[in-house]
Amino acid sequence: MDLFNNLAMGFGVALSFQNLLYCLAGVFLGTLIGVLPGLGPVATIAMLLPSIYALEPTPALIMLAGIYYGSQYGGSTTAILINVPGESASVVTAIDGYAMARKGRAGPALAAAGLGSFFAGSVATLVVAAFAPPLTELAFKFGPAEYFSLMVLGLIGAVVLASGSLVKAVAMILLGLLLGQINTDVISGVPRYSFDIPELTDGINFVAIAMGVFGFGEIIMNLGRPAEDRVVFTKDVKGLWPTKQDFKDAFPAVLRGTALGSILGVLPGGGALLSSFAAYTLEKKSKGRPGEVPFGQGNIRGVAGPESANNAGAQTSFIPMLTLGIPPNAVMALMVGAMTIKGIQPGPQVMTSNPELFWGLIASMWVGNLMLIVLNLPLIGIWIKLLTVPYRFLFPAILSFCCIGLYTLNNNNFDVFMAVLFGVIGIIFYKLGCEPAPLLLGFILGPMMEENLRRALLLSRGDWTTFVTRPLSSALLIAALLMIVVVMLPAIRKQRNAAFKDAD
Amino acid sequence: MRIKNEKDFWAGWMFLVAGIAFAWGAAENYNFGSSARPGPAYFPFGLGSLMAILGAFIILTSVTLQPDGDESIGPWPFRPAVTILGAVTAFGFAIPHIGMAIALPLLIGIGSLASGEFRVKEVIANSVVLTVSSWAIFIKGLGLIIPLWPDFLG
Repeated sequence: MDLFNNLAMGFGVALSFQNLLYCLAGVFLGTLIGVLPGLGPVATIAMLLPSIYALEPTPALIMLAGIYYGSQYGGSTTAILINVPGESASVVTAIDGYAMARKGRAGPALAAAGLGSFFAGSVATLVVAAFAPPLTELAFKFGPAEYFSLMVLGLIGAVVLASGSLVKAVAMILLGLLLGQINTDVISGVPRYSFDIPELTDGINFVAIAMGVFGFGEIIMNLGRPAEDRVVFTKDVKGLWPTKQDFKDAFPAVLRGTALGSILGVLPGGGALLSSFAAYTLEKKSKGRPGEVPFGQGNIRGVAGPESANNAGAQTSFIPMLTLGIPPNAVMALMVGAMTIKGIQPGPQVMTSNPELFWGLIASMWVGNLMLIVLNLPLIGIWIKLLTVPYRFLFPAILSFCCIGLYTLNNNNFDVFMAVLFGVIGIIFYKLGCEPAPLLLGFILGPMMEENLRRALLLSRGDWTTFVTRPLSSALLIAALLMIVVVMLPAIRKQRNAAFKDAD
Repeated sequence: MRIKNEKDFWAGWMFLVAGIAFAWGAAENYNFGSSARPGPAYFPFGLGSLMAILGAFIILTSVTLQPDGDESIGPWPFRPAVTILGAVTAFGFAIPHIGMAIALPLLIGIGSLASGEFRVKEVIANSVVLTVSSWAIFIKGLGLIIPLWPDFLG
């Protein structure tokens, strides 16, 4: 079996002492930052990017992936204990998780989240390992027209499945694509929109955008808000282990969440956020045992389902990124950016040209999940202490890491100033209700999209119908169109709004 | 005409103006080429035009459709914005010449003014801890090249 050989090779890579260490460092740092209220995975990864500058590609990606699911885990802890979701994917966890914590059942809630996530993570690792190779095969059949259409589908999917105004989200994608046009045109060698600034001829660095908008922008918005009362409900969590009845209740929810998350994670625009929302809705709809605690008042299924789903979704969202080189969400866009920094062009060739990186990364996901269980359940006390640290100590630390990261990117203070500019732009986005994640996605995909569009047009001698006459490409475009039509339907529109409102 | 959705109204203008600027900049400065041989202006011109159209559409809906909730922009966080971004700018100017040992405390000192509770002792302690740990992590641990002391000292 190829699958097992490949996984065996992957584990060989992931279990080397050095990579274990980086994986541990990643999940530890990710949890550390993710636990802090109001810092999501995008900001966390952006902030911790400097820690991988000096590493080899494989440990670098293993560490980044660890940071990602570490921050996810940390986010759930915050959601359960203080009702301030660290990231949007844990918004639904906060509903029942916090209710459980108030009833003195924080321990079982944390355990359900942790064990559910571990189970989901293990299954999702297998899903990634099983589905990545066939998709890679398929990707090799793609020409520029198919790639272009796939990116259209990916971008449309990303906004259709997100919350908020659809038109504004599409406009944000376009703005991101346009910002990606500030570079030197690859085909003609003409610098575009550079205003004779030499640094701009290489394009804006994605780290400057991510840190400016997600790092500085978020700090400023947090400080601008009146200080909220953060009540840490449980200073020490006792009775971590769930009861037998808890296990019985939670297990089917974990199974459902895992299945749902694994599927939704692969979709463009999917990943952790969508998966957790969908899983919560599913749990609410499915029948529990008679006499169980109602949803919203501390039902363990409301924690186990979404948490399993978001972890499964977080992992399977690696599939499109690893096989096609197309990030399905903003976190994966950062991963693509990080791979590029390390000199690896994401795409189907990664599996054949860097098999050790590819399989090592997949195997490390399972290893990382195991570490997270150990890190989060027995050591929960440390993270709770961290929650009591006031924000006035935390944000200077975040600022320092961001600034050092920006400067060391190219040993040039230009990127620091760019991030300041994007900090201003980020505040404008927040105030005008423009969700910034699609912008980042557009920005990363922009250059790839242009290149494929132009190559497709060159091949077809300027005939735009090439995108609809090639069957694969036209199928992808039709799927994108269908997504828009479906979301525009009044009935669905209402439901979509309701689904996202549920969480508030 | 009354603005019914303040956020969308200004967001629409942002997209409209930025779209026109990008499209105009492309058409003015770069070769458009043809569909058979697209030039450097081809893609940005198309994107910019599309974004401008969407911007105009958003403005239009913002004055015609009544939003569900309150969509007013509200006060801008001027104080934290100026202090935080000012602190980062100061760091940017300082780091290449006077080094991390001074630039980081500068960043932390100015940045801390952004929170309502500025306590001198805490800020000093915070600066020392963060500067030392940044040195340990980034310079010692990760081997990144960051100037530590001012030019004239070393």
